[in-house]
Amino acid sequence: MEKLKHPDDLQKFRKSLESKHRPDMVRIFICTTGCRALGAEEVCKAFKSEIEKQSLKDKVEIVDTGCQGLCARAPVLTIEPMGIFYGRVTETDVPEIISRTILKGEVIERLCYTEAGKKTPYIRDIPFYGKQKKIVLRNCGAINPKSIHEYILRDGYSAISKALSGMTPDDVVNEIKNSGLRGRGGAGFPTGNKWEFVKKAAGDVKYLVCNGDEGDPGAFMDRAVLEGDPHSVIEGMLVGAYAIGSKKGIVYVRAEYPIAVEHLNIAIQQAKALGILGENILGTTFSFDLEIKMGAGAFVCGEETALIASIEGKRGMPRPRPPFPATSGLWGKPTNINNVETFANVPIIILKGSEFYKAIGTGTSKGTKIFALAGNVKNTGLVEVPMGTTLREIVFDIGGGIPGRKKFKAAQMGGPSGGCVPAQHLDLPIDYETVKEVGAIMGSGGLIVMDDSTSMVDIARYFMEFCQDESCGKCVPCRIGTKRMLDILTRITKGQGKKEDIGLLKELAEVTKSASLCGLGQTAANPVLSTIRYYLNEYEELINKKDSQTSPQESQTTQT
Amino acid sequence: MHKNVTSTKENARAIDLTKCHAILSKYNQATPADLIPILQQMQDAYGYLPQSALEEITARTRIPLSKIYGVITFYSQFSLEPRGKHTIKVCTGTACHIKGAPDIKKKITEVLRIHEGETTQDYKFTYDPVACLGTCFLAPVMMIDDRYYGKLTVEKTETILKSY
Repeated sequence: MEKLKHPDDLQKFRKSLESKHRPDMVRIFICTTGCRALGAEEVCKAFKSEIEKQSLKDKVEIVDTGCQGLCARAPVLTIEPMGIFYGRVTETDVPEIISRTILKGEVIERLCYTEAGKKTPYIRDIPFYGKQKKIVLRNCGAINPKSIHEYILRDGYSAISKALSGMTPDDVVNEIKNSGLRGRGGAGFPTGNKWEFVKKAAGDVKYLVCNGDEGDPGAFMDRAVLEGDPHSVIEGMLVGAYAIGSKKGIVYVRAEYPIAVEHLNIAIQQAKALGILGENILGTTFSFDLEIKMGAGAFVCGEETALIASIEGKRGMPRPRPPFPATSGLWGKPTNINNVETFANVPIIILKGSEFYKAIGTGTSKGTKIFALAGNVKNTGLVEVPMGTTLREIVFDIGGGIPGRKKFKAAQMGGPSGGCVPAQHLDLPIDYETVKEVGAIMGSGGLIVMDDSTSMVDIARYFMEFCQDESCGKCVPCRIGTKRMLDILTRITKGQGKKEDIGLLKELAEVTKSASLCGLGQTAANPVLSTIRYYLNEYEELINKKDSQTSPQESQTTQT
Repeated sequence: MHKNVTSTKENARAIDLTKCHAILSKYNQATPADLIPILQQMQDAYGYLPQSALEEITARTRIPLSKIYGVITFYSQFSLEPRGKHTIKVCTGTACHIKGAPDIKKKITEVLRIHEGETTQDYKFTYDPVACLGTCFLAPVMMIDDRYYGKLTVEKTETILKSY
């Protein structure tokens, strides 16, 4: 592949790809990332051999894609241009799909999306997709993530080309600032401001880090983006690097995400081969190189100073801030760290303009948010909605509601740093501020739906066990605080709780929150506080039940 | 702990260091930042981190053994003990938790008589702790090596384990 030597070359290259594109082909898009767990690769192989067998190579093309969202129906596929969506496809369905759907245009009912007995063959009619707004996930599930050509065909790398040909680094920073983009890793810090700090920081060497250490249990947004559209993250990083003046970037990915690492590696090689990464990008004076670092299994490494320590080859323990990484980060140099989803938002802002982006969302929170919808909900999967969408819309309209005859009890948002949002707040428009007001946090986007069979005290104990286990042990409030809270919660769930335990929990929670060194400890008590706030009765029931259980005679005597 | 691991001498004899040297040869000018990638490759090559390999790393990188141990014991990915032929990971993410992961874990302990972080006596299975596998639609889910087993029940878990 020849390197592109000018920003304009990219558009020429895209046109040449377009001329080779065959719009008359039937394309079958098969998710071979998340759906791999349920046999998607076998389905893919079966399709390829069937196409070979029936000599349909000129008519039908198989596209291996990233996540298409509706994981509950895995393995899933979409057939274009018909717009047919099939789920729970097995190898044995393949010959029939070819002979009936592809060749005759018939719909195979048993593979269609079904809700309340109604079969919905076309993707445009499935409510799960209808209510979403795919900006970050625009390519996810629609292109082969291992092909830079497919990314370029969908305006890929046009944002960096635009920035390099007509925008100064200040223009880029201002555009991002004006867009209102906030960090998608959870804290919601304005991205443009962060970039500005690093840009203004003294020093020639600056680092740009992408935080892909997605560790919240129940969250898989970043995994899906890295697996399904790795080029969008690389492009976002390129724009960021140009804005802050960085020549060296690092993507830190969880070791548990092998497909993400594989796809990212391929994407980096392809971008280098085209002259989009490396020295003199698109023939300009801008150079930027990218390296992948794999995590080694430590939740706390999602915290930025711990992540930096881990990249430096140390135990991943956080350190006090200031100095902030923006002034003294990796190897003591100014470092800008953004989350995967944050970077994936950047190309569209540059390409379509901050005004376009700002028009989506609420007053304080702009754009969209990806949620990993899981738990007791029918349509488990990956959803992207504008900020300000209500929980009800996500859980019931998109998620299809609660399976069985159970009722919605709560949505856990923000993982171990977040809280449970109860049914009375179902109509709350979700943004950074509103979620915080009700005791949870936006977090990275894990959204676990719980039905009325879930014990909230058990959930609080579950998250505390997680935080206690993952606490790095450096600061006392977190190390001891989480341990003591876990002891109390375990005692309560075992029916050995004491009356004073709730007060003690609250006290410990406050201390751990205010005195811990990093985000892990500062937020570890949130699940406890939010469940005490909304489900105090469950705590009391368990504690009181214990009274009647352990001393039945005593309680009988008091009754008589 | 396995005998061969505690005794450096025995260990050095038992371990073929060819793979270790091949990995280290890529790091002629190793910096501290290379430590974790080196350890990851060692673990891939040997299934765990043999003491003799760690000593080679020290010699090559000049990073003190104590620091190397500090890093190894911090990250859950690394193991200082030989591991079983198969690795079991039971997802303990939130979605799996509310859909019955604790029962699955109990069953594994009951069938294999090991807890998380342990290896069966016959070195057939190592039961690794993992926070979340990120495949919530399969909840409750476990992985044995690279294979996912989703929508588990206690009965299914037992059948799967016995099929190995």
